[in-house]
Amino acid sequence: METVKVVQAVYNDDDILMSAVKKVREKRHHIEEVYTPFPVHGLDKAMGLAPTRIAITSFMYGCLGLAVAILMMNYIMIDDWPQDIGGKPSFSYFENMPAFVPIMFELTVFMAAHLMVITFYLRSKMWPFKKAENPDPRTTDDHFLMEVATHGNVSEVEGLLVETGAIEIKIVEKEAH
Amino acid sequence: MYTFSNRLKIFSIVLIVLGAIGWFTGYNSAHHTTIEDVKEMIAAEAASHHGGDHDTASAESHSEENTPAANESQGEEAHSDDEHAEHIMHQIHNRPYAALYVAAFFFMMIALGTLAFYAVQHASQAGWSPVLFRVMEGITYYLLPGAIIVVAIALWAGDHLFIWMNPEVVAEDKLINAKSGFLNKTGFMIRAVVFIGGWSLYRYFSRKFSLAQDAADHNKNFKKNFRISAAFLVFYLITESMMSWDWVMSVDPHWFSTLFGWYVFASMFVSGITVIALITIYLKSKGLLDFVNDSHLHDLAKFMFGISIFWTYLWFSQFMLIWYANIPEEVVYFTARFEHYKLPFFGMVVMNFVFPFLVLMNSDYKRIPWFVVMAGIVILIGHYVDVFNMIMPATVGESWFIGLPEISAVMLFGGLFLLLVFYSLSKAPLKAKRNPFIKESELFHY
Repeated sequence: METVKVVQAVYNDDDILMSAVKKVREKRHHIEEVYTPFPVHGLDKAMGLAPTRIAITSFMYGCLGLAVAILMMNYIMIDDWPQDIGGKPSFSYFENMPAFVPIMFELTVFMAAHLMVITFYLRSKMWPFKKAENPDPRTTDDHFLMEVATHGNVSEVEGLLVETGAIEIKIVEKEAH
Repeated sequence: MYTFSNRLKIFSIVLIVLGAIGWFTGYNSAHHTTIEDVKEMIAAEAASHHGGDHDTASAESHSEENTPAANESQGEEAHSDDEHAEHIMHQIHNRPYAALYVAAFFFMMIALGTLAFYAVQHASQAGWSPVLFRVMEGITYYLLPGAIIVVAIALWAGDHLFIWMNPEVVAEDKLINAKSGFLNKTGFMIRAVVFIGGWSLYRYFSRKFSLAQDAADHNKNFKKNFRISAAFLVFYLITESMMSWDWVMSVDPHWFSTLFGWYVFASMFVSGITVIALITIYLKSKGLLDFVNDSHLHDLAKFMFGISIFWTYLWFSQFMLIWYANIPEEVVYFTARFEHYKLPFFGMVVMNFVFPFLVLMNSDYKRIPWFVVMAGIVILIGHYVDVFNMIMPATVGESWFIGLPEISAVMLFGGLFLLLVFYSLSKAPLKAKRNPFIKESELFHY
């Protein structure tokens, strides 16, 4: 199996990390991944990641939630067991709609939020019993880790990363992909 | 530094003049409408195909109005035609007053909403917004004249708008009588003085400290502004709510809603933020606000989006509780709107909720000026219609129309608003250059 050398640089401050990411990108090195204990504002843009499409999925899940709420309330309150709502026995979904609006709203929000989170987890390849991918456990506490791929220029990358303020540098072999 | 261009000055003066002429024309024609004219109108309408509907609708509106005259008319069927004609005549007479009042209140509300937004920025020491302070201060300059105009129209129109200002009505009406400890002309004026005085004092001092901060070499003025803004917000939340009872809700003196103050607040807040965004975009297009970037616009548009939803939440909460409980004295409010105001009532929900919700949902669109302008214009029209729906059903009933008096009144106060706001904008540099957060604000990015 072919392997490549990957440089892992550890930082202890998100501002230093941000400027390091910008410098590394300026020198046209490929950042494989950055591990952070919390979401760093603007990091995705600095890394040049494609804009997220999760908002679109969220909108679709919201529409789904709205549709589920309408069908559910129509089945429960109108079709299956017609109810006299608020002393207005019209037995029509439309005329009783004000009573269903809170449910329509709640299910829209519920589905949009929960399904978006689940989508995010799956898209990030995080599911139960998944082995953690972060190379250093300190990235779940107070350290930041940047992985930079090398192509026979390990020492150059190493030097650059030290210059950007890394407190620790490690070189590991990784499967090429 | 912004200089008030002659073109804009002439444009706003033309608006004022045309608006005034238009409104007086409307006032004259309404004023000279006699009971004979109304009878002719009713006869002409009865001759046309939907005459039958009109009779049933008007009978219902009599019972909704709950004025002594209306109550009598139910008893004496023989006089009902005359009573009905007189009723319609009164509505026609009320219309120019109501049109003027709606427009005056709408523009006053923009300035007041902006003042609240401005105070929130100071009290929360927001880092993103100091670049917009001068725009906000410019808009709030209209508050004092605007609010005085609203109160002046209310007192001048008297029982054309507020039937509780008519002592004969109060004497015969148990419900209003019981409320007369609060709802009386003296109390109305005292409260108006307190409200307008408090808001204007805050506006005066916050502007003063804001300008003084620029000239000073210390931050004392900034701290003072922080303190008075926090105090003002407390004062504002109480007085705004009471103002909405006095100036808006009391046109229906039998009806009340406990969240009415919030509802009016949401309307004024979103209108104010929208006007901040529109004026910012205008000044930026003139190259005067280089330090305002996409992210500031993005944040304003987020507020427009969010507060539009907040408005809808309150609009619906008010409606749903009353609809659910179905208590006659509460539900008349919505019955009147459903029967005679279907288009403005539901059109407003489309303009204030559906349209901004769909248009401003996408994050990228909130940064495109023409998109925000388009959404903003629709929101402003929507909130004009919102005020229209608050005032008109109680004053002109089914004789409403958005015609000459309404449009002229909007032009009149719109012109005055532009004149005063841009005059004020030209009085100070557009950048609050020594605000401690100005650097953060300039570098603000999303």
